[in-house]
Amino acid sequence: MSAILNGVFEPGFFASEPVRVAVVVGGAVALVSAVVGVFTVIRGQSFAGHSLGDLGTTGGSGAFLVRANPLWGFVVFAILGAGAMELFGTRRPRARDMATGIVLGAGLGIAALFLYLGTTESSTTGATVTILFGSMFVIRASMIPVFALLSVLALAIVALLYRPLLLSAVSEDIAHARGVPVRVVGVLYLLAMAVAVSLSCVTIGAILSTAVLIGPAAAALRLTKRPGLAIAWAVVIGLAVTWLGILLAYDSYYWPPTGRGWPVSFFVVALILVVYLLADLASRNKERRAGARALAASKGLSGRARPSESPAMGAG
Amino acid sequence: MNEPFPPGAGRGEILSLDGVSLWLSGREILHDVGFRLHAGELTGLIGSNGAGKTTIFRVILGLETPSAGSVLFAGHPRARRNRSIGYVPQSLSLDPDMPLRARDLVALGLDGDRFGIPFPTRSRRQLVDEMLEAVDAQGFAESRVGKLSGGELQRTLIAHALIAKPRLLLLDEPLANLDIRSEQEVVGLLGRIAKEQQIAVLISAHEMNPLLPVMDRVVYVASGRAASGSTEEVVREDVLSALYGHHVDVLHVHGRILVVAGKDEVHHAEPESAHTVAPRGLG
Repeated sequence: MSAILNGVFEPGFFASEPVRVAVVVGGAVALVSAVVGVFTVIRGQSFAGHSLGDLGTTGGSGAFLVRANPLWGFVVFAILGAGAMELFGTRRPRARDMATGIVLGAGLGIAALFLYLGTTESSTTGATVTILFGSMFVIRASMIPVFALLSVLALAIVALLYRPLLLSAVSEDIAHARGVPVRVVGVLYLLAMAVAVSLSCVTIGAILSTAVLIGPAAAALRLTKRPGLAIAWAVVIGLAVTWLGILLAYDSYYWPPTGRGWPVSFFVVALILVVYLLADLASRNKERRAGARALAASKGLSGRARPSESPAMGAG
Repeated sequence: MNEPFPPGAGRGEILSLDGVSLWLSGREILHDVGFRLHAGELTGLIGSNGAGKTTIFRVILGLETPSAGSVLFAGHPRARRNRSIGYVPQSLSLDPDMPLRARDLVALGLDGDRFGIPFPTRSRRQLVDEMLEAVDAQGFAESRVGKLSGGELQRTLIAHALIAKPRLLLLDEPLANLDIRSEQEVVGLLGRIAKEQQIAVLISAHEMNPLLPVMDRVVYVASGRAASGSTEEVVREDVLSALYGHHVDVLHVHGRILVVAGKDEVHHAEPESAHTVAPRGLG
């Protein structure tokens, strides 16, 4: 028994300080991203979420250049980016496609410059990978309170706006007519999204932050039709892929090709893809079975005209 | 217009518009629009697309401020935040993945504008069930809103609006994109709601015939102007010709009313017909 356990959890997993920090911080980030992400998906703001990650890259690399903690670079630039989006509007993405593309391109270009200047000066090429693809194992334990504070802030905003966010996702006109301050709700939500994205920029990397925001939420929406359950599922999936990713990354130090270990972010993002595909498959199966049942019920009804044979499907 | 009773005081008057004009970016969208809505009455807001129906709704909802004229709700200037007005917008398209059942959407009508997370209580659930029953929606209460048919979504949205116990219910083109059977169901439902719950119902439509069986009054809109009264008072050749600014015929055919533009109009329309451009190849 313990031999199997030792095979799964390679020696030293639970004793390692970087692993413990990664489990705590990674878990908090997964939780926040999943909760915020459900609303990102139902509000159709996935692209805005991705843009915030791209702008975060500029901030993170800038912070690295001036020897500040990248987290603050991510946070400041993501929030500035959210402000800019609100100013220029994210409602008509087609009309803004080109402007957005050019601005994001410029942002990443500046990030490339910052990273080049920063890394050639100190010859720490690892920083480029850390900014773009994250690394949960290099987060210092002293940062935990900051992560906790930002997580609570984002979660509090979503909890406060829960009902107005749902209502305006159904129809902004209805929300407006009911007296919901739609614009203020939108701005506050963008702020929560900016915070969530900056947090995941540190753990999973600026480029991959969208995956953690959108992936678990999108999979959850395939599995349930209730808003509260969708959030619960997204959190479970987010935590599972993050913690499993950490475990696999730790174990991979003992894997080929060399004893260098594979990046955590790779495992997390790969697991998200697998979970999404499984959820999609499950929901398709469920629909096919429901369709077959409805068909059988209608056949039974028309064939023998016995109303008692048709269960109340409500599928019409 | 002389008003025989003080505003809001008489005969269940819920809403009154008087001399409402609206200018938007240099164009006059509404001109001297005035009508009244009463409790227990169903009023049709009839006119072609672009006549100003949706703008009139936006004025009533307080989303547009009139350049001139007054909008009184139960005798008082309309408050910005008003739970007494229920609103069902024109054809919503919802994502099939939206994690919301018909029952959840109805519940949002109760407190969707409130902050914080709702706590499910027995009385809340009971109220939602009653509302679902009132619009005959029990059969699809557990279905995702994105997968409802047009008629089912319309009934769900009506329940969503009704659960807040409004005194005025506004529906923007609720019959658009409905098949004949759902159309009749929705019309019957709305007529019943107006009578049973004694609320004023205002329905916009570009086609008045489906509403004739239940419509107590009509507000006919053409190019930003409006005429209101009973169907017999308004849907007449002289009234509508004055409203349109050119001659129109009103024909009664087997209990249906057809409003036909005069000969001039027909002539104007002819060059626009598709005959001049012959389709070429299969593209």
